[in-house]
Amino acid sequence: MTTTTCGPSSTAATGSAPAVTGSAPAVTGSAPVAPPGTRERTQRRVRDGLGTSADRPDGTPKVTGAFAFSSDLHDQRMLWGRTLRSPHAHARIVSIDTSAAAAMPGVVAVLLAEDVPGKATFGLEHTDQPVLARDVVRYEGEAVAIVAAEHPETALRAIRAIEVTYEPLPLLTDPAEAATTDPIHPDGNVFRTLPLRHGDVDATGDVVVEGTYEVGMQDQAFLGPESALALPSDDGGVELFISTQWLHVDRDQVAACLALPADQVHLTLGGVGGAFGAREDVSLQVHVCLLALATGRPVKMLYSRAESFLGHVHRHPARMRYRHHARRDGTLVKVEAEILLDGGAYASSSTAVLANAVCFAAGPYRVEAARIDGQVVRTNNPPCGAMRGFGVVQVCFAHEAQMDRLAAALDMDPVELRLHNALKPGDAIITGQRLTGTAPVREVIEAAMAHPLPPDPREDEPAIALPGGAGLTARREDVRRGTGIAVSIKNLMYSEGFDDYSTARVRLETSPDGEPFATVHSACAEVGQGFVTLAQQITRTALGIERVVLHAADTGVGSAGSTSASRQTWMSGGAVQLACDTVHHGLLERARGVLGVPDEPLVLEPGRVVDPATGAEVAIAQLLRAGPLEATEEHHHAPTSTLDADGQGDAHVSFAFAAHRATVDVDPDLGLVRVLQIATGQDVGRALNPRAVIGQIEGGIAQGVGLAVMEEILVEDGLVRNPSFTDYLIPTALDMPSVAATLIEQPEPGAPFGAKGVGEPPTISSTPAVVAAIRDATGKALTRVPVRAQDIAFGEAGAIPPTAGSTSAG
Amino acid sequence: MPIARPTSLDDAVAVLADDPAADVLAGGTDAMVEISFDHRRPRHVLALRRIDELRQVTTTSLGVRIGAMVTYGQIERDHATLLPGLAMASRTVGSPQIRNAGTIGGNLGTASPAGDALPWLLAMDAEVELASVRGTRRLPVAAFVTGPKRTARADDELIVAVHVPAMEGPQHTAKLGPRNAMVISVACTAVVLDTAARQVRIGMGAVGPTPLRAPDAEAAAAEAIDWDALRADGTAIAAFGQACAAAASPIDDHRSTAEYRRHAVGVLASRSLTRCLAA
Amino acid sequence: MTDHDATPDLTGPDLSESYALSINGRDREVADAWLGESLLYVLRERLGLPGSKNACEQGECGSCSVMMDGLLVNSCCVLAADAVDADVRTVEGLAPDGTLTDVQQAFLDAGAVQCGFCIPGLIVSVHDLLDRAPQPDELEVREAISGNLCRCTGYGRILQAVQDVAAARTAADAQEDRP
Repeated sequence: MTTTTCGPSSTAATGSAPAVTGSAPAVTGSAPVAPPGTRERTQRRVRDGLGTSADRPDGTPKVTGAFAFSSDLHDQRMLWGRTLRSPHAHARIVSIDTSAAAAMPGVVAVLLAEDVPGKATFGLEHTDQPVLARDVVRYEGEAVAIVAAEHPETALRAIRAIEVTYEPLPLLTDPAEAATTDPIHPDGNVFRTLPLRHGDVDATGDVVVEGTYEVGMQDQAFLGPESALALPSDDGGVELFISTQWLHVDRDQVAACLALPADQVHLTLGGVGGAFGAREDVSLQVHVCLLALATGRPVKMLYSRAESFLGHVHRHPARMRYRHHARRDGTLVKVEAEILLDGGAYASSSTAVLANAVCFAAGPYRVEAARIDGQVVRTNNPPCGAMRGFGVVQVCFAHEAQMDRLAAALDMDPVELRLHNALKPGDAIITGQRLTGTAPVREVIEAAMAHPLPPDPREDEPAIALPGGAGLTARREDVRRGTGIAVSIKNLMYSEGFDDYSTARVRLETSPDGEPFATVHSACAEVGQGFVTLAQQITRTALGIERVVLHAADTGVGSAGSTSASRQTWMSGGAVQLACDTVHHGLLERARGVLGVPDEPLVLEPGRVVDPATGAEVAIAQLLRAGPLEATEEHHHAPTSTLDADGQGDAHVSFAFAAHRATVDVDPDLGLVRVLQIATGQDVGRALNPRAVIGQIEGGIAQGVGLAVMEEILVEDGLVRNPSFTDYLIPTALDMPSVAATLIEQPEPGAPFGAKGVGEPPTISSTPAVVAAIRDATGKALTRVPVRAQDIAFGEAGAIPPTAGSTSAG
Repeated sequence: MPIARPTSLDDAVAVLADDPAADVLAGGTDAMVEISFDHRRPRHVLALRRIDELRQVTTTSLGVRIGAMVTYGQIERDHATLLPGLAMASRTVGSPQIRNAGTIGGNLGTASPAGDALPWLLAMDAEVELASVRGTRRLPVAAFVTGPKRTARADDELIVAVHVPAMEGPQHTAKLGPRNAMVISVACTAVVLDTAARQVRIGMGAVGPTPLRAPDAEAAAAEAIDWDALRADGTAIAAFGQACAAAASPIDDHRSTAEYRRHAVGVLASRSLTRCLAA
Repeated sequence: MTDHDATPDLTGPDLSESYALSINGRDREVADAWLGESLLYVLRERLGLPGSKNACEQGECGSCSVMMDGLLVNSCCVLAADAVDADVRTVEGLAPDGTLTDVQQAFLDAGAVQCGFCIPGLIVSVHDLLDRAPQPDELEVREAISGNLCRCTGYGRILQAVQDVAAARTAADAQEDRP
């Protein structure tokens, strides 16, 4: 296995890789990547093909304001929908009186649970969440009633005019009590319990360190709030324009709840203003369709920011207890962990999130034995589900803190300790699964460490550059600097035996001006990540043409699966490639006929097919005179297995690795932090669009930094205290560090183009790296994220607190 | 007439005389949020944007008169020399967009415990000028802000200006929040040294129901400072911080804890004083 | 859900406000509006100008940034009925149809666009910054756009785009000054 270089900054890890900060991404100009199927056949480059930093097809409308996000959709006859939500975290609904609201001028419909014609509940894995609450509400913000009115203010006043009598019920808000408390839902309070036993679970190490860690509830906080436009269709069905991550899973849930056949529910992707996991679950999809069908008019729904915070799932808060055993030389012997995730009121994707937390509880390290016990439970807290990093963010914070404790206990350099234990190809992770693909763990660590540290502070540093920023709270002498490192492993795609697939249709034809062009039809949700760009790049390279049109993503083609789990480059990129291959074969077939060479191997070049033996050629446009070529293909990844009773099994398709080194300035007295720089090495397989990869890395790091120092949904007695951008803080440009990134390119066997998904790893290990750096600067233990100012100012000392049994004599 | 858009102060106070319940609209950065979140339903709006006399900053021998509709952006850009502490505080307000809209009068009218301009105005012994058809009156900021989001403004009165006395001496403001920009204050301080009167004054924000002074701390610090050299020893400066922290009466809420706020305001007070003395 | 002091109003909002606004140099009539409508709402829902985005409606994200009488403001914090006789410029008014400003082009070239929801507001803010400060240093840029939240990009490519425009404008000026 070799580390492939692809442009100036994606050097092998040991070199002094140039940073991409402060300059255009330095990874452009790389050689195009030939997809495996066409490597021999497409000899010359087509412009803006794979491996180039091709432009986004939606870029121009996005910078002019012309791009239509789902919230921009408008219909002259449309009504405005609005949701009445529970103010209680747990209560019985005694009565609902809608008469005043219904009588209000301008109100067209008021609907309750009894108005749902089909299935009363929805959910991704377990359909346990009511479309509208009928008798009980289980979290603050649960939908109780919906209205449609002529003006949004009318709709708002109408929901205020609905009188609901609630009888508060006892609250279950402590996840530790969920398993032993009376069920708050007919399906019980435990979503999943997952034990993992690997190797000699009774083994002990010479050195043992332990700690308890907590991760607060993070929110995806995308900028474009939930919104949709639903239109009744002539056949009695409904047409829904929606910002989502997975059109078909929405379609199926909407159809079931509306009691409509799936073919009468047609979904088209509206422009998506970010997703990060929060649009995987149904929010307003069923509601807006119900209102459209009930009123016979188009209905638009648009969440306010407060509703958005209450109306989608969050990242699971976690409590984790860890014990690491190692030999004197630093070799990991055993990792023990108890992981408790708070799933909130409804299941969402909790069971899969737990599997990730358990499978990756030990991190990207070789460890002989593991004893992990994971549980995810139901409470009256806000429902939690998918968010970038999906269960791995939580455990990575803990296992990386543990590695630092272990390094301190061993008096070993934390980087050395990690390198000593770094997974490499052929090793097994704690599920017993061998790494059959690439695993450049050492390389990502060394690449992160190879970047120069940020310059030392200057005496004349403007105060706004210090922790506290524009508030002018710190002077240079109040500030201490620290650095920290963290490393992560993340599975790509869905796991545990799920038959994951994506569909794509590619049609090649000539335009009226005689130029060949291709149309790609995929239901893949473009949420900002750049699949639309990639689909064009793949098609250009595969078919040797420049003009590629994207059909709107809709349910008129088969499912593309979810835009999550870092999976769309692999899954939908692979589907587009397969469809292109079929079209490609069709082209060559026609060319053999035209050239009269039935058995010759022909070569597709930009714009033409060539017979290398004779030099004879025929233009693609000419081959298409016989009519368009079209293919629809499904791409399935290699099958995975379930986890057995000991949490063992080949449950994952592929893995990606990243390392982050953080440098921070901290004002220890006030507890304020400024993250100066994140240096990272990331395992990307191949960078199919280097500029887009850099965008994913920088953006993912921003969310990791946010979790480290500011982002948390504050819940008290089940009530969200900060559902606003005033109080749920995400990093501004003054909070974001500079990023120095090295892409490690080792093509992944079995992956289309050798590319790994890149979206999640930047979010995962950046958080623990920042906290490690704060510990380095302050000497405080900091076992919880986000780190609050008071945690630094008043927190217990001890980057490596001497917890019970921490350093035994062996 | 659901919205009145007067161009003169006389017309504006006449509107309020007719309808004391009218919604007074200054920069909109608070009022529009209240409307968007359905905390306020406007019935009759009195919009002040067109009244030029409310937009002026004027100086007299007694000090500076800041019109109520003067924005943070104006102070930051145009009056940093004249009003250094207020300019520092203004730069910490919201975002550039908010600073272009938000006004000093609006900050007084909203009277949030975390209002960013208020600690400095309090430290400066500023006076709020109120006008109605009944005439005008002036109230010290300390008397004007009566509680969290409560003021002594009568329903038919308009905040027209705030008067800041002329003062020689260094000033420093500091504002602390959990983000490096665009954040609500968790604690803030404005320290001014009146070198002529040999007085130290501090305004503290977000650590009480209203912005607070710390009279004991001020007196002790004034005593400890070598006014000719404009110096104080470290012990005195630390004692100032501790006394300010003791004078605070913060609460626990979703933005921070009382304990941390008390600690932080003490640290900020010491640092602001240090900076004034170093200046 | 949210605490609100307003009591149920069983008559609904009064939709009777009519006024004229000046948007991108054109007079636009607004009829039968509710008094409480923000400039953002009126631009988006009544005047067919959805380029200004609605991400928070509380002045905390900058997605709805517009120029009003030459000042950068959040249009969600402007009462539309009070924007009468103000000169309002939105993202739609920056470049003639079919063309891009240098800032817009630089955002594309630098890879500053992902989901794009924050981008129109950022484009307006960056134009305002570069009009006031043609050669901002990095901290100035960061402070100037600190009122524009972006959740996708981590701002890196955005900062790059701003520096690219500043450099290109400086180079163009130098070219012009050459005798």
